[in-house]
Amino acid sequence: MNALFVICGLGVFSLLAEIFNLKKWTTMVAFAGLSLALVLTVLDWRAVSYHYHGMVYFDHFALAFSGLILVISGFWFWMSRDYFVGDEHRTDKSALILFVIVGAIMMVSFNNMAMLFLGIEVLSISLYVLAGSNKLSLNSTEAAFKYFLMGSFATGFLLFGMTLVYGATGSFNIAEIATFLKTQQSMPRFLFVGLLLMMVGLAFKISAVPFHMWAPDVYDGSPTPITALMSTVVKIGAFAAFVKIFSVAFVSFKFTLVVFEQSIMVLTLVVANVTAVYQTNVKRMLAYSSVGQVGYLLLGFSSGTEASHGAVFYYLTGYAIASIMAFTVVQVIEKSRGSANVENFKGLFRTNPLLAIAMTVAMFSLAGIPPLAGFFGKYLVFTLSINSGFIGLTTVAVLASLIGVYYYFKPVIAMTQASRTPIEVAPPDRTLLMTLIAMNLVIGIFPDLVRFI
Amino acid sequence: MLTALLIFLPMIFSLLVLGLKPTLAKFLAFFGSLAVLLISLIIVFKFDKTQGNQFTVDWTWIASLGINFSVGIDGISMLLVLLTTVLMPGIILSTMNDDSKPSSYYSLMLLMQSALIGVFVARDGFLFYLFWEVALIPVYFLCLVWGGENRGRITLKFFIYTLTGSLFMLVALIYLYFHTPSHTFAIDALYDAGRSLDATQQAFVFVGLFLAFAIKMPVFPFHTWQPDTYTVAPVQGTMLLSGIMLKMGIYGVIRWLIPVVPLAVKEWGMVAIVLSVIGVVYGSCIAIVQKDFKRLIAYSSIAHVGLISAGLLTLSVVGMQGAMIQMLSHGVIVFGLFYIVEIVSARVKTRELSQMGGIRNVAPLLTTTFAVIMLGSVALPLTSGFVGEFLLINSLVQYKLWMGAVAGLTIILGAVYMLKTFQKSMSGETNAVTSTLSDLNYHERLVLYPVVVLVILIGVYPAPLLDISEVAVRNLLSLYPDLSASLK
Repeated sequence: MNALFVICGLGVFSLLAEIFNLKKWTTMVAFAGLSLALVLTVLDWRAVSYHYHGMVYFDHFALAFSGLILVISGFWFWMSRDYFVGDEHRTDKSALILFVIVGAIMMVSFNNMAMLFLGIEVLSISLYVLAGSNKLSLNSTEAAFKYFLMGSFATGFLLFGMTLVYGATGSFNIAEIATFLKTQQSMPRFLFVGLLLMMVGLAFKISAVPFHMWAPDVYDGSPTPITALMSTVVKIGAFAAFVKIFSVAFVSFKFTLVVFEQSIMVLTLVVANVTAVYQTNVKRMLAYSSVGQVGYLLLGFSSGTEASHGAVFYYLTGYAIASIMAFTVVQVIEKSRGSANVENFKGLFRTNPLLAIAMTVAMFSLAGIPPLAGFFGKYLVFTLSINSGFIGLTTVAVLASLIGVYYYFKPVIAMTQASRTPIEVAPPDRTLLMTLIAMNLVIGIFPDLVRFI
Repeated sequence: MLTALLIFLPMIFSLLVLGLKPTLAKFLAFFGSLAVLLISLIIVFKFDKTQGNQFTVDWTWIASLGINFSVGIDGISMLLVLLTTVLMPGIILSTMNDDSKPSSYYSLMLLMQSALIGVFVARDGFLFYLFWEVALIPVYFLCLVWGGENRGRITLKFFIYTLTGSLFMLVALIYLYFHTPSHTFAIDALYDAGRSLDATQQAFVFVGLFLAFAIKMPVFPFHTWQPDTYTVAPVQGTMLLSGIMLKMGIYGVIRWLIPVVPLAVKEWGMVAIVLSVIGVVYGSCIAIVQKDFKRLIAYSSIAHVGLISAGLLTLSVVGMQGAMIQMLSHGVIVFGLFYIVEIVSARVKTRELSQMGGIRNVAPLLTTTFAVIMLGSVALPLTSGFVGEFLLINSLVQYKLWMGAVAGLTIILGAVYMLKTFQKSMSGETNAVTSTLSDLNYHERLVLYPVVVLVILIGVYPAPLLDISEVAVRNLLSLYPDLSASLK
């Protein structure tokens, strides 16, 4: 809980820094503040507690996901140092980023649908602005506009769904809703409509097919650091919110919802992975890949609501580490060779082995090749789904991950081809990449390290 | 402890090698592979032939999921570990003529060795799967980075093909895992779980597992990745693929298919045998019409492997023992053959057989070596190929007479394509391309002479090797009481 205050405070500090001329300190302070927040989160582990009349509930689920969000945000600030340099909006940007993190943490710790809505809005509104933060680029502006339109539309669905659910159950508190649904024999029909609308709204946020249309354009148009933020921190928050609301409040509706959720899942796996095959730009490919990865998460989630928490957490950890790694490499390539087209990855194995190895580890991890973290995430998901008897769905997921191998290997193959001029890699980037490679391997080989929920 | 050392020592060397200069890396890698060979020889020396699983190491790894780092060596594992550790120094030594490879090349080879040994000694389903997959990555990069024309496309096909099989195997293993009472991947628990399933369930598990092994070997009709990959790979990659990695598939059948789903093996084994025998004839026939030297050996490999898997699935002691000895023999022979292909094609700058001829006039040592290894390949008595093929065909004849007859064609067809190859390349008139060819140099002799010695030694006196695997094979077949009684 205290972590949330610290980050809010950081955001306010960042805004005020403009006035007090503390601009050049904002990134450092943000980094330090995030570390402090992480420590506070860890200290809260023993004291699971409700706050503000049950508006937020910091249980192990919320704390673990908050911790993950904070760690990944820390890596994100490390990766995107240059995003804040040499721009008059430095403080605004870092404040917005911090509010995104606040929103994400609210989305994993809410205990009341109002709080969920608040979290989503805090996160989304900041992101709309950030997506357009490269004001000179037409694509960036387009991305912001598209994201704003689609996002607010989705929020509308979510809100409408919530009001219907409230009308049926008489409460916004998810624990109370769960008890109410368990005890009540007959439900009004509009409750189901409400549930479906909420699922649609959240499916927009986690960009599951067929509600993913915005994702590729927005990911592609936004500045690369913001894309990285969207596909890691935001994705973690959104998916955790999805998991939380459906595994706490609406457990008793498992059967009705599962059909809908599984159709989304199959569509996500198939459409996203097949479309990704045709991408020639690695950044856009990563956008489709981040849509596709949601499919595996949904598979894990639909296989057992409570039991899947640990698997989902592990999967998101591995996914986020690999994504930050991939985006770091993409950023370096974009800076020195203009764009992240596949051809621009040529020759990296000869000229810049570290970049090449990092990219390979990231791609292999996303493709699910052992012994990396991505493999173990997929393994856990497959285990869950086979245990629930979803052999058909598992087969679909297995085939989808084979398609995944095809496109994840494209940049790897390009990197082994004829060489080009070497690329200058800043020392902090090197350290970051080495840290991430080591983390990915350690988590992949000793998965018990991050399986605490 | 020694078993764990066998796995981790090559891994450590593969990291040590990384930062060094290429020539130094080569020597360190060679030294590393010799050290591993030494350990494996110590294990052979201490190996108790009357016992099953020995040299066990059991460490808890992922406790929450019932996964242990559990390894051990029985007679079957012993022979394959020995094959790996014996071939590896040879494979590294075969790069001595070539200084163009960076240190990462050697590092990948050692990593590969570590994973291969891991596959052969794993006593935990998950660990086995992990090593199985990890073995794929180094060889993929060896082929991708240092391969020939079109390598991107061909190696990707290879990777996706084998990964498809592995993922189905993973699904089957997880399925078995959930049928163990305490949810563990320990090999004995998986055996019990597999055997407790009914016939239909076993058939599903059989399909999942067999697909993985059949693709790796490869058995007809899952072989389409193989000729291209073998041809495009750098020669050390081909040696690893054909000499050792292909044995992973056969080993998988022995260790993880036959004991796990006996009902399904009995019911569907026939289909697998028929496919394997088709592969024998098919591979041989295509080899006969090949014009490319390397591709020809690749197809001949399909034929040989088909015979091994057919004999294996007859579930008789004879067939199983034949498979063991033939795996060793094939590993050694194919390693020698691919090295000769490399030596010849590097000097005449082509792999087209039609352009060669008369090499025996300019390079007598090369010709003699090739002749001996080739005779091993066509299974001439007193060469290593004979022992294995004899036992395998014998088991097939006992199984179904006509099947033995068809599989027996391999000896005739094998003689056709190998002798034709010999004729085209070695005998005849020396032409402009081959006249400048120099004979074997010091390093090449160092690699090829031991191969020749092994081919003859195993052929003349195979008993010690057969003794090593006998107890393990009998233990395995004791699961099939009715069958092994009738086929003894």
